Amino acid sequence: MSKQKYKWVGTRPDRPDGADKVTGRARFGADFNMPGQLVGKVLRSPHAHAIIKSIDTSAAEKLPGVKAVVTAKDFPEQPNLIVPTGEMQVNLRDITRNVMAREKALYESHPVAAVAATTDAIANAALALIKVEYQVLPHVIDVAEAMKDGAPLLHDNLITEGVKPVPTKPSNIAKRIDNVKGDTDAGFKQAEIVVERDYTTQPVHQGYIEPHACLASMAEDGQVQIWSTTQGHFQVRGFCSRLLNIETSQIRVTPTEIGGGFGGKTVVYLEPVAVMLSKKSGKPVKMVMSRDEVFRASGPAPGGTVHVKIGAKKDGTIVAAECTIALQAGAFPGSPVGPACWTSFACYDIPNIKVIGYDVVSNRPKVAAYRAPGAPISAWGVESTMDILAQELRMDPIDLRLKNAAKKGTKTSYGPVFDTIGFVETLEAAKKSEHYKSKPKPGMARGVAAGFWFNVGADSSAAAHVAEDGTVTIISGNPDIGGSRASLALMAAEELGVDYDKVRPVIADTSSIGFNFVTGGSRVTFATGLAVVNSVRDLIRECKVRAAKTWGVDPDGVIWENGCAKPAGSNVGEFEPLSLAQLAATAGKTGGPINGHNQLNAQGAGPGFGVHIVDLKVDRDTGIVEIGRYTALQDVGTAIHPSYVEGQMQGGAVQGIGWALNEEYIYSAKGKLDNAGFLDYRMPVASDLPMIETVIVEVANPHHPYGVRGVGEVPIVPPLATVGNAIARATGVRMTDLPMSPPRLSAALDAATPRMAAE
Amino acid sequence: MTDISYSSPKTIDEAVAAMVAAKGAGRILAGGTDLLVQLRAGFVKPGSIIVDIKKIAEMTSIEDKGGGSFKVGAAVTGMQLHDHPTFKKAWPGVLEAINLIGSKQIQGRASAGGNLCNASPAADSVPALVAAGATVTVQGPKGRREVAVEKIPAGPGRMTLEPGEIVVSFTLPARPAGSSDAYLRLIPRTEMDIAVVGCGVNLTMKGGICTAARVGLGAVAPTVLLVEAAAKALIGSKLDANALEAAAAACRAVCKPIDDKRGTIVYRTKIAGVLLKRATAIAAERAAKN
Ligand SMILES: Cc1cc2nc3c(=O)[nH]c(=O)nc-3n(C[C@H](O)[C@H](O)[C@H](O)COP(=O)(O)OP(=O)(O)OC[C@H]3O[C@@H](n4cnc5c(N)ncnc54)[C@H](O)[C@@H]3O)c2cc1C
Repeated sequence: MSKQKYKWVGTRPDRPDGADKVTGRARFGADFNMPGQLVGKVLRSPHAHAIIKSIDTSAAEKLPGVKAVVTAKDFPEQPNLIVPTGEMQVNLRDITRNVMAREKALYESHPVAAVAATTDAIANAALALIKVEYQVLPHVIDVAEAMKDGAPLLHDNLITEGVKPVPTKPSNIAKRIDNVKGDTDAGFKQAEIVVERDYTTQPVHQGYIEPHACLASMAEDGQVQIWSTTQGHFQVRGFCSRLLNIETSQIRVTPTEIGGGFGGKTVVYLEPVAVMLSKKSGKPVKMVMSRDEVFRASGPAPGGTVHVKIGAKKDGTIVAAECTIALQAGAFPGSPVGPACWTSFACYDIPNIKVIGYDVVSNRPKVAAYRAPGAPISAWGVESTMDILAQELRMDPIDLRLKNAAKKGTKTSYGPVFDTIGFVETLEAAKKSEHYKSKPKPGMARGVAAGFWFNVGADSSAAAHVAEDGTVTIISGNPDIGGSRASLALMAAEELGVDYDKVRPVIADTSSIGFNFVTGGSRVTFATGLAVVNSVRDLIRECKVRAAKTWGVDPDGVIWENGCAKPAGSNVGEFEPLSLAQLAATAGKTGGPINGHNQLNAQGAGPGFGVHIVDLKVDRDTGIVEIGRYTALQDVGTAIHPSYVEGQMQGGAVQGIGWALNEEYIYSAKGKLDNAGFLDYRMPVASDLPMIETVIVEVANPHHPYGVRGVGEVPIVPPLATVGNAIARATGVRMTDLPMSPPRLSAALDAATPRMAAE
Repeated sequence: MTDISYSSPKTIDEAVAAMVAAKGAGRILAGGTDLLVQLRAGFVKPGSIIVDIKKIAEMTSIEDKGGGSFKVGAAVTGMQLHDHPTFKKAWPGVLEAINLIGSKQIQGRASAGGNLCNASPAADSVPALVAAGATVTVQGPKGRREVAVEKIPAGPGRMTLEPGEIVVSFTLPARPAGSSDAYLRLIPRTEMDIAVVGCGVNLTMKGGICTAARVGLGAVAPTVLLVEAAAKALIGSKLDANALEAAAAACRAVCKPIDDKRGTIVYRTKIAGVLLKRATAIAAERAAKN
């Protein structure tokens, strides 16, 4: 469809950053260096929960080669103020404590001090010389444990928000949220069948291959430069400005290429520390986390508990639904429990919905965003329950979903009414797919589940510059983590009517383009794409003015077609079309350089829906699951560059399958992480999975010139239940706790068929 | 890693002398796929004296002694064995165990000697070598000795080798016709993982009856185990369901695993029995063709 409509949109050219990446020229976070730079390293708490009684850095400071040591004392205290960061919210008072522990260490590997030294070995020796006196406190890891009366308290001042009457005593429950539509009590009275279950999930890490890294340099005049691997260099600038009391325009942050982020690089860990070390030492400071530090002290996504109750008529019409979700926020409040609640039943048009969410702190790293934050967790509960309902009603799982599918006009439990959405189209595409129509291979069983994500808009700035030879540079400010440069260039080429390779997209530093919100929320192709399209339109408007000047006609008499200015009609006059190159050549005479600009707060992000299908086999003796075939279908609005859309769908599916089958944080009794590495934190490897098949559904978003919705997050939402539903159908055993790892699945199968019990 | 010294002797005598001179700070370097990782991670302290054995001919060569007997240098890589013209036919189980280590890249470096001397209870080649009845030639300041493979590990990361002793080679015994072997490991993923349980089975079949058997079990106790009771249950049987279940039960009975990030006690114990049955079936199928 799009192929007829557009020349460039919907095609699959090489990405502008591709050659650099496959030849090793691309520079990532750890690849930037400056003359005279120092090595920065962090001393981390060995305890999951402890009062920091004192820190003595004197011996470390005296070690030759050590140029600076910092502790929390070097960072100004921050107000109790919540600011957005990507899709999550953070409190400045908390984030300065997360960057450097103050009164207490709240999780194992919480930073307590940092050094800058001339070599790696000296930095390590200096860390060993820092004496920290701890008073170890009892700790709590599990969310259900943390909610109990008498659980060790992380914050003496934490009073649960959202509860009436306001509690008088502190607890680990930071917040309760309530989401109500209709009256579920009345709704359940009409139900002819009710399914109710409890589910749990474990925290998972985003697992980006590139560890956090940055290089920071503060000059004598107070100007700061930072190179950082991040999803949001404007956020890095903003946080460094606030946490270090430096005026924002004094800080210039250049984003490096990024080796994955998935939400986990929308926060700051190293940058404020590196700047402070640079300030104290007067030298540039480079900091690179080890994989161990990445696992122990960055990310993860929360684990949690989900209680789901769904009531339906015998024909499958859902009349009421309830869900209670408690999520681990980590050491500081701010889990994605809000989106977990709002997304829970967003796929369905249900008259009566009640959702309750709890944000719970515990002694583990503060959670960060991870692809559709919170949504996979509630979807695990809801989509598993939907499958049980389908089984009990003997209904096809896609038919059950079609019967209740949200459509244009459906009012969500969290308020908004959907505009044009493509869930029905996606379900129908699933039903019509070759995969769904074919029978599972012998020994394989099939599972299906759906998922939803809002997608977001927010702030973007872009510029389009015509060079002297008429080629075009597109300047925007979002780190490219999923092929967005290619998509932006395609839309710009389409608007301009010039070839894709005449448009060069670049990602500017914080001082070279206006503000851009993070690369997150599946927003870049939508919102920054909109800013790019608008900046190109601004450029075209300027081109028409220049052509009009050249021809001595009114600008309204000029049109833009196939990359050229042309007279609008014969009444304007007979003129040869003027190309960008021709306009550029005479620009000096017609008003100077030809540029376009745009800045906006993008509204009208188009919600995305996905449906996933899996065929899998369970080895009953070992509990090992073999994925035989997997198809991800998704309404993406318009696939600007279908290959990178498919890549997003495949990547999300793979991460979700890992979440379902093996990934988890394993803590020792002392609250220390036992599996801080890729060996024992088991993400899928290539040989574990077949090629993930994709079906792109295109129901255009009416609020974007090319119909873009956003792609990156939806595909991680359905896989958990997709896999669980197939396991249930393969074995007759319904798994409710993640991960469905071989030991757990084997134990569940043995419990269901107690043939080993006698031995 | 700054103050590390390195030498690459040409003879075993020189290597032993270098280890003795190092007074406990010496580390043998074969493929380095364990050692270099440990160095980088800081587990091996600076001040180490690295003695590279890959320049020693006896330690990097394979000798087919006929009748199924082989002598394999301790530093022979997985890929070298994989490409050997006769080894695979003679010892498919040992080969598959060694070839399971890591990936192609790792196979180009990793050795069975390093796998044994890293002394991990989960080392993949060791249960297969134990099942095979392999012995190792050890050389130290007091000369050479011959030891059964299962006598080398003493516990996780510990060996029974005397100070200055080096594992020189493995000797695989001759076997009668109708013999073969198999190795299976269970990992939660399909690659790049560490055995939750590993099981090697070595059998001789005559007229449908099992006349000889050895069973090696990994990752279920502090060291790799030789499970004689399991072998006993198989010997004399037609490998029928009862015999297999008795052997599986014997495997479960010797398990002393731990609950850890790689598996639970219950799971590891159960899987020991499952793998015994499956590996026995594969070994028997192969033996029928020999
Ligand atoms: C990515 C990766 C994947 C891996 N996967 C697996 C796997 O699937 N299964 C598995 O079992 N292992 C695995 N390993 C571990 C490792 O590859 C194996 O243990 C390998 O066999 C070690 O052999 P090497 O020659 O590299 O040993 P080295 O690292 O050279 O040595 C290992 C240890 O043994 C000592 N040593 C070596 N040779 C001798 C000798 N002749 N005499 C005395 N001491 C000696 C060394 O000093 C050192 O302590 C993996 C490692 C990596 C990095």
